[in-house]
Amino acid sequence: MTAAPANSGDYYILETEEISKHFGAVAAVDGLSIAIPRQGMTSIVGPNGSGKSTLVNLLSGTLPLDGGMVIIDGVGLKLVKAYETPAHGITRTFQEVRLFNQITVWDNIMVVLTNRSLFPAMLERAKPRYREQAQRILENVGMWEKRDSLAMDLSYGQRKLLEIGRALAVDVNIYLFDEPFAGLFPQMLERVKDIMKAMRDDGRTVIFISHNMDIVREMSDHLIVLDSGKLLTAGEVEDALNQEEVIAAYLGA
Amino acid sequence: MRELARNPRAALRLTGGNIELWANLLVISWAVAFMLWQGVGFAITLGTVFAIWAILSVSLNLVVGFSGLLSIGHIGFFGIGAYAMAILTSDASYEQLRTEAIPTLGWPFFAALPVSVALAGLVAILVGIVFNRFRDDIYVLVSFGFAIISFNVFLNWRALTRGAFGIHEISRPEIGGWAFDGDLAFLALVVVFLAAVMLVSWFIVTSSFGRVLTAIREDEQAASVFGYRVTHYKLAIWVISAMMAGLAGGLFASWTSFIDPNSFILLESILLVSIVILGGLATIWGSLLGAMTFVLLEEGMRFLPFLPNEYVGQARQVVLGILLVLLMLFRPQGLVGRFKL
Repeated sequence: MTAAPANSGDYYILETEEISKHFGAVAAVDGLSIAIPRQGMTSIVGPNGSGKSTLVNLLSGTLPLDGGMVIIDGVGLKLVKAYETPAHGITRTFQEVRLFNQITVWDNIMVVLTNRSLFPAMLERAKPRYREQAQRILENVGMWEKRDSLAMDLSYGQRKLLEIGRALAVDVNIYLFDEPFAGLFPQMLERVKDIMKAMRDDGRTVIFISHNMDIVREMSDHLIVLDSGKLLTAGEVEDALNQEEVIAAYLGA
Repeated sequence: MRELARNPRAALRLTGGNIELWANLLVISWAVAFMLWQGVGFAITLGTVFAIWAILSVSLNLVVGFSGLLSIGHIGFFGIGAYAMAILTSDASYEQLRTEAIPTLGWPFFAALPVSVALAGLVAILVGIVFNRFRDDIYVLVSFGFAIISFNVFLNWRALTRGAFGIHEISRPEIGGWAFDGDLAFLALVVVFLAAVMLVSWFIVTSSFGRVLTAIREDEQAASVFGYRVTHYKLAIWVISAMMAGLAGGLFASWTSFIDPNSFILLESILLVSIVILGGLATIWGSLLGAMTFVLLEEGMRFLPFLPNEYVGQARQVVLGILLVLLMLFRPQGLVGRFKL
């Protein structure tokens, strides 16, 4: 990285400047400015309705910004187009798992590996390179045996794993996971944790939303706490979690 | 059997496979028996009608089955192709008929056919750019609008289409000195085009592009998050599909040698969607099977001894309707399909 702007330096990979999103009269995200470090894992926490998922939707272009700017690796964007996010180096998973249901597990992975341009894609068949990548990813998330099943026939935990695998298949720097641990059995949970740790150790920026404070303490290095669409606090995990406002927001005191 | 009892899903899959096999055998043996019974001349007619409907249903399946855009306006592109062929190749002396006169251009068939295809594609680009804003139930409504508008253009732009009088003496294909004037020769030509359409469709749906289409069908927004400009993909398949329908239209006009707007009414479009659903969404073979079933039903009911001739037309729609209801109740993925709308 050589072309990082002077103000943010190389430390932060993803920043927002006064971004906001309104649903009717409700400000889901309200003039939010955050900065997420390149190194390590960052978790986003906050009570229900604090704007965590909306933030992820804004960062991934799934929802349009009402105002403000997203800065991805030094590139400022007032309009984040969903189809451009992989090129900017971002991919994501969804809170309610969103797979391509009526196609196979195999095709769910293949579809994010292949050529993005229209006419080359028409002439392109499944190249050996893609097949190897897909196999590696499916083995990584433990879904290789299930490759010929339809995504809709999988169990909830398997669907979560496949969605994480699909995000892994997009070779980018920033991964946004919206509640990756919700509703998982312990064994699956450990597997998802291991996958995410391996990604971090591989030098990727991993950002996740969670309600489970034990996992947040265990997994993340940095913490962002939201409340009512605003930043409550941010920083190192233990520092942030011990602040009185955070405790108050969580306990409702 | 014991294993099947232990694993009901496997049992389901097995019977599912069998239903497909039985559907295939039934329709094909029905067709063969019918042709043997009625003789060669009838078989040729049946085959030609089938091939034209098959091109239409395969092309519509690209849009409805593979991309999830339920269009009931497909007949409009069929009509555009047919009228392009008719206007360019018709060689009648309309001045003597004391009805609307249109210029007689007298082009040969093979010069007009590419125009049929290109014109359908061109209109599809313009229509598709607008349609891309819509999805699901609204998409059905706007495509309905397209079917209505195209029918009314055919009916009312009389300086071009002669309206309800129709266009006749549409030319048959000719290569060098050799004309496809025999019905068998024309059937061969239509089958060649059907094979080409199937080949192109197969190539598209098995490519990376085809896989993306199915992903867009399942979750358009998720597909865009993974880097696909879904509007471009939807427009591309829409235009390709429309061009195939234009091709079918050109062939149809030349085969009947007379067309009027009644061949391009909304009902035909809905029957076409029914054929695609009947055969199975997202399967090329299923569309062939659906078209075959439809044609056999249409022609076959003419020979039911207890059915008076004047009721045949209505009766076949009733039967098709009942067939569709039964299918949706017991097998919503169609005869050989996998995917449900």
